[in-house]
Amino acid sequence: MTQQPDQALQDPATEPGAHTALPVLSVANLSKSFGGAKALQNVSFDVLPGEVHGLLGKNGSGKSTLVKILAGFHAPDEGGTLQFNGERVSLPLKAGEGRRLGMAFVHQNLGLVPSLTVLENLRLVELTKGGKAFINWPAERAAAHQALTRFGLDIDPDERVDRLTPVQRALLAIVRAFEEIEAARAITGKPGLVLLDEPTPFLPASGVAQLFELVRSITALGSSVIFISHDIDEVMEITDRITVLRDGKQSGELARADATHEKIVEMIVGQSISRGQVRKSEKTSFPVYARFEGLSDKMLQPSDLHVGKGEILGLTGLIGSGYEEVPYLAFGARSGASGTIKIEDGAAFAQSTLTPADAIERGFALLPGDRQADSGVDSLSIVDNMFLPDIDRFFRGGFMRNGAMVREAKELGKEYEVRPNDPALKLSALSGGNAQKVLIARWMNRSPLLLLLDEPTQGVDVGTRQQIFAALRKAAAGGMSIICASSEAEQLAEICDRVLVFARGRICDEITGDRLTKEGISEACYVSAGPASMNTTPRVA
Amino acid sequence: MTDTVKTAVPAKSATNYARQFERVALLIVWALTIALFSFLIPNNFLNWGNFSIMFASYAPAALLALAIIIPLTAGDYDLSVGATLTLAASTIGVLNVWQHMPIGLVLVIVLLMGVAVGLFHALFIVYFRVPSLVVTLGSTSLMSGIVQLITNSSTIGGIDNSLIMAAVGYRLFGIPYAFYYALAAALIMWYIFDFMPLGRRLLFVGRGREVARLNGISVNKVRVGALVMSAVLASAAGILYAGVLGSADPYSGLNYLLPAFAAAFLGATTIQPGRFNPWGTIVAVYFLATGITGLSMLGIPLWVTNVFNGGALILAVTISQITRGREASDIG
Repeated sequence: MTQQPDQALQDPATEPGAHTALPVLSVANLSKSFGGAKALQNVSFDVLPGEVHGLLGKNGSGKSTLVKILAGFHAPDEGGTLQFNGERVSLPLKAGEGRRLGMAFVHQNLGLVPSLTVLENLRLVELTKGGKAFINWPAERAAAHQALTRFGLDIDPDERVDRLTPVQRALLAIVRAFEEIEAARAITGKPGLVLLDEPTPFLPASGVAQLFELVRSITALGSSVIFISHDIDEVMEITDRITVLRDGKQSGELARADATHEKIVEMIVGQSISRGQVRKSEKTSFPVYARFEGLSDKMLQPSDLHVGKGEILGLTGLIGSGYEEVPYLAFGARSGASGTIKIEDGAAFAQSTLTPADAIERGFALLPGDRQADSGVDSLSIVDNMFLPDIDRFFRGGFMRNGAMVREAKELGKEYEVRPNDPALKLSALSGGNAQKVLIARWMNRSPLLLLLDEPTQGVDVGTRQQIFAALRKAAAGGMSIICASSEAEQLAEICDRVLVFARGRICDEITGDRLTKEGISEACYVSAGPASMNTTPRVA
Repeated sequence: MTDTVKTAVPAKSATNYARQFERVALLIVWALTIALFSFLIPNNFLNWGNFSIMFASYAPAALLALAIIIPLTAGDYDLSVGATLTLAASTIGVLNVWQHMPIGLVLVIVLLMGVAVGLFHALFIVYFRVPSLVVTLGSTSLMSGIVQLITNSSTIGGIDNSLIMAAVGYRLFGIPYAFYYALAAALIMWYIFDFMPLGRRLLFVGRGREVARLNGISVNKVRVGALVMSAVLASAAGILYAGVLGSADPYSGLNYLLPAFAAAFLGATTIQPGRFNPWGTIVAVYFLATGITGLSMLGIPLWVTNVFNGGALILAVTISQITRGREASDIG
């Protein structure tokens, strides 16, 4: 499986010369089993200097296990080897070893301390390192300033991290990782490696473009990047080579030049899924179910919109454009908002009087985007999470019917293909995709009249995504009204009857009919964002 | 977004045994402690009289520990329960003995005062969003000062005999009624925690406030309710304390605070490990009581009791954490 170095695709000009043939990272025959289950089997790949190496796979494919081995969190089984710049590294990796070698990680949660300043976060290691009598603040400030300007980041070093935009936070975390490997490189003289574990799902397209620029400037200096993502188009754009994992095994390795979207999907899933296999309903007009007028909050200018009965309405735009606020406003989940809501022929009422409890009473359901913070409690059982809004239903004759609850949870879990389907387990025992299925089942089971979704398939693998889409289409066909806010044009094109595009807090385009394609939606996002948006070129190469 | 690897079947059943054992571990340790002291103090320790006194005299502590676990489950700390207990006991002394008010009326006043204390906490914690640790730490000092003021820092004896009779005068199976009040409180709490939707709401409010809110639970009401219940139960503990002692002591009640917290956390390692639960709390209180009683009967100096309380807590929570294989702690 080991890749021949001469297949490398990077431009030799960016090479620091001497290391042409020597991979920065070379893993061979890595395996890991938990109890009897093999999470990873004989995985081998090389990452060459100056290369961006993509790592793809569904939830549960062993990707995370691999990352955890590289981070020194898990010890792999006997027989696996890891070489860094030709140096054999003993496994498991000891704490601090990665830093010494020049390996840095940026996980999805970024590892920043929100209540501290940019400067303190950026210089965390230097500031907390022992052996110094005092902190030379002017020098630290200069170093931080230099790091930020080198990558063209216009961030005030004294700003608190929680006041930054999500994009700035992601870029800051990556710059910090890169500074770390540069510090190691100053000592070892060898290129380093930054591993980006799904850095993009929270970023808008322009942010992704900025991130990619940053990645390119890192590789231009001869260091390497491992890029992990669910977004196949992103991976095809930024990476030089791609390793795909499936069920703990390596299902293949591709050079970008040979990769097509379909081929990658096939390697990830193990069979080809034809895109868009979920048929949209042919209907083009729906009787209005809910009408929102003058809906606004801090990010959203007063906007009028409506959703039809049985219609799936998509909301999208660049980040900060306000579209992601709508599901929360419609559910009464945000304070400081205004506007009126009218349901079918009922009287219009003020949004500010709506509470989540009222919304549930009215038959609304909200699936928030941040699963762990807003949607499910990891430390409680699947059954309790699944029936949280329904607990009163199980209180009969003065007692909670815990047995009935578990039985019903088991059936529902089967219907939504939750694996493993054991309702007594804690929610944390499930992978991200399966946990999301539990939470979708929670709301779908109540047959809501209006389903509000924010990024429903974030971090969910391709197969599960199709199941979720099919369930949504089926529900809509049965008369459920659905509003889905998402930054993924592909997903919206696949499920929506109509898409509203937001820019700077306003609705600026409505897409229906033939324009309702991935490209059509992406284009509308960029056109509507206008020249102020820094990225007006299509992202897909 | 982490991938979770399915636990293999053989490993799972081993885990199940460990979990089953964890449930009863503290009960076993308690039994061993009793056996040890029975061996060391052959004649005096293992007799019903000794145990019945212990069961009754630790009943106020048991109520106090039960009071703590309500806000703890809802995600708030109530450090003031010790001071609330003292305030309640002292108020009984002042109103009943010095002001000659009938005991029945005094008890009603004391319980309403508990409601007021809880609402006072809730105002700052829930409405002004001041951390519960800060508010209840402050109110501890505040209430202690008030107690000194109203009692002139003196112990008030001569509380109405009917209260004393109701606490320690009447007995069932040789154990004074005081113990059964604590058991009744635990029984009611067990019913609420495990068999009423309110218990589920309390748990979700504690573990995921935003999740609870977005699922239609009125988080603020639940938190206010938990803080009020805690203060009322602490006042009830004060009533029981006055009944067991027969007097109102303005100082000693505060000494119950740390053991009560120890019992609450220790209790969360047993019966329903990983959750604050009433039966676990009761077991923990009386396990600690057994240790202290035994040690004092051996004539061991007072400082050893404190070492025993603290050591047992740290050790038990650590062992429970180890059996869970460094899984993130559910409590605290």
